[in-house]
Amino acid sequence: MADKRTIEVGLSTTGLDAQGRPQRIPLVLDNGGSNVAVAELPPLEPDFADEHMLINIGPQHPATHGVLRLVLELDGETVVRCIPHLGYLHCGFEKTGEYRQYNQIITYTDREDYLNSMGNNVAFALGAERLFGIEITERCKVLRVIAAELSRIISHLVWLGTTCIDIGAFTPFLWAFQERENVYNLFESWVGARLTTTATRVGGMAADLPTGWMDGLRNFIRTFPKTIEEVDKMLTRNGIWVGRTVGLGVMTAEEAVNYGLSGPMLRASGVAYDVRKDFPYLDYETYDFDVPVGSNGDVYDRFLVRMEELRQSVRILQQAADRLPEGPINIDDHRIILPPKSKTMSEMEVMIHHFKQVMEGPRPPIGESYVAVESPKGEKGYYMVSDGTAKPVRWRIRPPSFVNLSAIPKMVEGHLLSDVIAINASIDIVMGEIDR
Amino acid sequence: MTAPFQPTLPGHALSETATPTTPRNVPHQGGPANPSGAALQQQFGSAIVRVDVGWGETTVVVKREQLVEVVRWLKTADDQRYDYLSDVTAVEYRDAGRAIEVVWHLRSLPFRRFLRLKVMLEKGSDLSVPSVVSLYAGANWLERECWDMFGIRFEGHPDLRRILMWESFKEGFPLRKDFPLRGRFSRSEQLRQALSANPEARYSMEELSIADAFEDLPADMRTRIDSGVRTGE
Repeated sequence: MADKRTIEVGLSTTGLDAQGRPQRIPLVLDNGGSNVAVAELPPLEPDFADEHMLINIGPQHPATHGVLRLVLELDGETVVRCIPHLGYLHCGFEKTGEYRQYNQIITYTDREDYLNSMGNNVAFALGAERLFGIEITERCKVLRVIAAELSRIISHLVWLGTTCIDIGAFTPFLWAFQERENVYNLFESWVGARLTTTATRVGGMAADLPTGWMDGLRNFIRTFPKTIEEVDKMLTRNGIWVGRTVGLGVMTAEEAVNYGLSGPMLRASGVAYDVRKDFPYLDYETYDFDVPVGSNGDVYDRFLVRMEELRQSVRILQQAADRLPEGPINIDDHRIILPPKSKTMSEMEVMIHHFKQVMEGPRPPIGESYVAVESPKGEKGYYMVSDGTAKPVRWRIRPPSFVNLSAIPKMVEGHLLSDVIAINASIDIVMGEIDR
Repeated sequence: MTAPFQPTLPGHALSETATPTTPRNVPHQGGPANPSGAALQQQFGSAIVRVDVGWGETTVVVKREQLVEVVRWLKTADDQRYDYLSDVTAVEYRDAGRAIEVVWHLRSLPFRRFLRLKVMLEKGSDLSVPSVVSLYAGANWLERECWDMFGIRFEGHPDLRRILMWESFKEGFPLRKDFPLRGRFSRSEQLRQALSANPEARYSMEELSIADAFEDLPADMRTRIDSGVRTGE
């Protein structure tokens, strides 16, 4: 944009003399001599036309979706430059994980992307299972698909509600959060927690479904599409909504891939990369669902993609509910997963395994694994390196919102200040995941 | 120049060749090898130190000097097309003598392949690797984070600053194994530093672009900036 950026400094002098000292305008003009020039007075109202202004948004700003701080350089109302600052929520999860057993790390995955805690639990367990070389049971696979899709729905609902608030619509926020409560009630009756679920274990799940839970799920599958349709009716063809979102923050397909964007951000640009389809896990290739793809890569397309993903998640949930097999949820290897209490108290060998597991934790063989899943934000990867002990040498989160956010300086450049809020909302960032 | 960009679409001619399946009975070692490993060995010969296959993932250890060449070839060659950089990170082992590994996770969206590249950096030597920001814009923040956490310098990075820790963080690199879990400084020292920071100094030098206009500033302001006194806005 602008080639030259300077800061105007009011010197109130006419300049510097040969020694570099500021020249002062004498109080009494020496009219007799000729060595002092009469200084031209500065204009009374300074001209701001070619000045840039710095605006600080955050870290405590309601529209930043957490403690994100953006420093914007504005030319009038147009953004010339955007400098994001991160790290206000940095807790060192990766460092702490090096001092924890694998099952203990699952609690950290709840807290890192806290809108998608179930999905993170599933992703971490899958990564650890590849490291351990475990094949999980069929029932566990379907339960994990249900968990992952339900948490995709709540994450998209939070995104929908907060984005509506950012752009100026309040009602869909209430609808979205009401449905979110229903999902949290399901989680609560399944694992006892709403937000920080810790639902999986390496080799299985923390708990099987309680009696009647599937009825609750089927009820949700039946009623939830109505809410989607209501929101759809309210927003998709709404003139204000369209006017506030179309043409903002455009990323072309090539740029989006080059920036490493993933999830709805990438698909809105027209690249049909979905980890569930391209690198499937949990038998996702056997489910019948579509990957919605946008064409313009703007905020409106990201909205459309996420709305369609909600519908597709319901489709997957329906299929999972229909195929859920009976059987055990945990693998039958008590060196890795905790045995049931009754067996622990009655069999000697099982008791020893129980003791070893609680005191030392299960040990994977030496190796490393990178397992990526399709989280609501994009490609979420867990990279684990084991040296054969019960604690990983390195546990790395590949945070999709971190990489997606790295494109924000490019996306907001040239847009108006108020559009920065809409573009920022469309990325669907969670600072817990970005700062970790 | 490379061929015009084609996003992967279902039904795309290239993606038909590799129908994805969930890996079953994950092998403890071995597994199907990524053909790019062998292709790299053929193309670059001695620049490829080793190709490992474990848990169905192929790891290629590359010499530091040829890294950018290798990555550029992987990105542009017609039968490779690794156009997506998933992750840049590093691994330090508990064994103090073992080299630090810098890890790149690459994906080929058209061919549905996954490849891990590694560069070994001996401890005590210069911890630097070439940057791949010129090839992948997404590497920008990932490399900054790796520098912030491990102190690995990415040569050629346009803006290698700390990203998660604050710019004046003086305790070192948190994810290194010699960094204690609770930090290098005592709690009282950490508190003292936090309190003594000037909360009014909200914009840093590079944000203000003062450096561009430094020579135009009056002398007293220049000395003030040189001596590190910040006045905020």
